[in-house]
Amino acid sequence: MPRTLFDKIWDAHAVGTRVDGRVLLYMDRHVLHELHAPHAFKKLQAAGRKVRRSDITFSAMDHTASTRPGHDQSDNPNGKAIADAMREGSRRNNIRVFDFDDPEHGISHVVAPELGMVLPGATHAVPDSHACTVGGLGALAFGVGTTELEHILATQTLALVKPKRMRITLTGRPGAGAEAKDIALRILREIGVSGGRGHIIEFAGEAARALPIEGRMTLCNLTIEMGSRSGMIAGDDATFQWIAGRPWAPKGAQWEQALAHWRTLPSDDGAAFDRDISVDCDGLAPQITWGTDPAQVIDISGRIPDPAALEPGKRAQMEKSLAYMGVSPGDAIEGLPVQRVFIGSCTNARLPDLELAANILRGRRIAPGVKALVVPGSNKVKRDAEAKGLDRVFMDAGFRWGESACSMCAGANGDRGEPGERVLSTTNRNFENRQGPGVRTHLVGAGLAAAAAVTGRITDVRKLMAGGA
Amino acid sequence: MEKFTRITGVAVPLFEDDVNTDQIAPVGGGPRLDQNYAEVLFSNRRNLPDGTPDPDFVFNWPQYRAPSILVTGRNFGCGSSRESAVWAMTATGVRCIVARSFADIYRENCLQNGVLPVTLATTDADALEALVAKADGAATFTADLDAQRITAPDGTQFAFDLPPADRMRLLEGLDDIGLSLKLDADIAAWERRTADAMPWMQRAGAE
Ligand code: SF4
Repeated sequence: MPRTLFDKIWDAHAVGTRVDGRVLLYMDRHVLHELHAPHAFKKLQAAGRKVRRSDITFSAMDHTASTRPGHDQSDNPNGKAIADAMREGSRRNNIRVFDFDDPEHGISHVVAPELGMVLPGATHAVPDSHACTVGGLGALAFGVGTTELEHILATQTLALVKPKRMRITLTGRPGAGAEAKDIALRILREIGVSGGRGHIIEFAGEAARALPIEGRMTLCNLTIEMGSRSGMIAGDDATFQWIAGRPWAPKGAQWEQALAHWRTLPSDDGAAFDRDISVDCDGLAPQITWGTDPAQVIDISGRIPDPAALEPGKRAQMEKSLAYMGVSPGDAIEGLPVQRVFIGSCTNARLPDLELAANILRGRRIAPGVKALVVPGSNKVKRDAEAKGLDRVFMDAGFRWGESACSMCAGANGDRGEPGERVLSTTNRNFENRQGPGVRTHLVGAGLAAAAAVTGRITDVRKLMAGGA
Repeated sequence: MEKFTRITGVAVPLFEDDVNTDQIAPVGGGPRLDQNYAEVLFSNRRNLPDGTPDPDFVFNWPQYRAPSILVTGRNFGCGSSRESAVWAMTATGVRCIVARSFADIYRENCLQNGVLPVTLATTDADALEALVAKADGAATFTADLDAQRITAPDGTQFAFDLPPADRMRLLEGLDDIGLSLKLDADIAAWERRTADAMPWMQRAGAE
C-alpha cells in the first residue's frame, strides 16, 4: 500500500503497542530546555528512575538566556536559579548542556539542524511547541509537555495515538518581497489556528520545494500555529546538500547509506491523506497579522477587516482583538506608527533572514524613536553573520545586536516591549501580552520588520527593495 | 497521577474560541522554578494593568472562585506546550474541561494530570452552555467518567465518549511511565536493530 512520508517515519519508529492501545514511538533525539526540564528531573529522581539514553539527550539553554554582551544574566533575576537547576540536573543525569558560552549555544530548533543533530526521517522531541521547525529537513518532531518529557527521559519514547495525515500543496510562485513566513501566514489565513488539529501536515508543491532549507524551517515552524503538532517537507537533494558536512552528520560509507535511506522516504504516489488541500501562492504579497491570533492576517496593502458581519460571539472576540491592537475596521495597515522592531526567534533568526533584513538596512538608519533589536538564532548564526559584516550593518542602522537567545519571542529572559507599544516582530505568536503586558505584536517576515524600523511605520518592504521607489 | 472518576461542582463559563496557553498560564513577571499555579491561572486576564482584579473577568466573580468544571469553546489550549496551563487548572480545582474542541498538546497534558477533557455533540454543547449560563454558579454540575455523562442541575444528562485508552488512564490514575516500561524489552530490541541497520541514528555527536 502506498505510504506517506509520515507513515514511513511512524512505522520505522513504532516500538510496540501498550495495553491501552497507545503506540510507543521511539525518539531519535531529545532536546530539553531550562524552563521545563528541571521540573522533570526532580520528578524522575523522586520516582527513582534513570535517564535511559543520556547520549542522545541534550540540554539547551535558550528561553532565559540574556541577549546582553556575554549573556550577562543580571537583567533577569530569576534566570540564574533556573540555569543552575538545568546545569545541575543535566550533570547529574550525564546530559550534555549547550551552555551560554558553548560555541553551539542557541535556540534548540536552530542549533539541532545546523549541527546535523537532527536528520531526515528522524524523530525529534523538545518540550517546546515549535519543535516542528525541524520538519523543514523532513524530520518528524513533537513539541511535548513536562510529563511527556519525563516519559521520554525514562523510556526514550512517546506514547501516542497515531495522528491523521494532512497534505497542503502550495502552488504558484510568490511575488517579490514574499518570504517563507508570508507563505505560512497565507496558509494560516486560509485554514485558521485549528485547521491542522489532530493531523501531521506535509507541505508539498512547487512553492514549498522552491524554498531554501532555512525557509522550509520557517514554514514548518508555524505548523503549531495551524493547530498541528508537526509539519514536514520531504527531504530532497537540496536538503541532503544542506546537511552534508555538518559536524554531526553521518560521514563516509554511513553517509551513503543514510542518503540511500533518505531517498526512500518521500510520500509514495497515490498515498492517501485524510485531508488534502492546496493553497495558491502565485504572486503572493508580503503578509502581516493585524490581531491577536496568528490567523488574523492581511496583505501588507490590505485593510483591517470589519467584524460587523460576524455572529455575536465571534464579533465580540474580534472587537476585543481590535481594541487590544488599537486598530479600526477599514483602516489601511500600512502607515501605522511602530515603536519597536524585533528580528529573531526560531521562526526567522537564521542567516538568510538576517541577510534579507540587512539588505534593506544597508546604508540606512532606523527612524528616530524606534527601538530595534536583532538576535541571531544561535552562536553559529551570530559568528557567520559577523564574518559577513552583518553585525555592522545592523548596528550602523541603529539596531542592538544581541547574543543568541529566544529573547523577545516569549520574553522569558526579560527582553520585552512597553505597554501600548506597536511591535513588528518576526516571531510566531501575537497573543495578548506575549511580548510584555499590553504590547501590540504584528507578525511579519524579516523584510517587513526591517522596513518598519527604517520608516517608523508599517511599510511595504517592496518600496525599499533595490529598484523600489 | 491522581485518578478521575467523577466530580461535582460549579461550572464556570468561558465561551470563547482559541483560548491559548499564554492566556491560561502567562509567564508573567518572569519564569520561576516554584510557582503558585493557582495564582498563575489567567493572571493577565484576572488583573487590570494597575494590578487590581478585573471585575468583568468571569473567574473573578464570587460565584466562580472555586470552580470544578470549565466550559469553553473551540481549540482550547492552543499555542505553547507549557504544562503549567493544566497545573493552573488543577491548582484552582478545575478537574474537567468541556470544550468544543481541544488543541492536541493541551489535551495530552490534561490526560497526564488527571483532568478530564470532554467534547460533546454540537447540539449538546449548545444546550450545556445555556444551562451553565442559567445556573450562574448557583447550582452544581457533575462530570462522571464511569457513566461518561455530564449531569446538569435540572437533571439533564449529556453523554460523551472518551477513547477507552484515555478512560482507563484517568480512571486508574495509571503510572504512565510504568505502563510503557512493560515494553522495555521491545525498546531495547528496537535500539539494537536500529544500531545495526542505521548506526548514525543511535549515536549522536562528532566521531
Ligand atoms: S524562539 Fe520562541 S518559539 Fe522558538 S523556542 Fe524560543 S520561545 Fe519557543
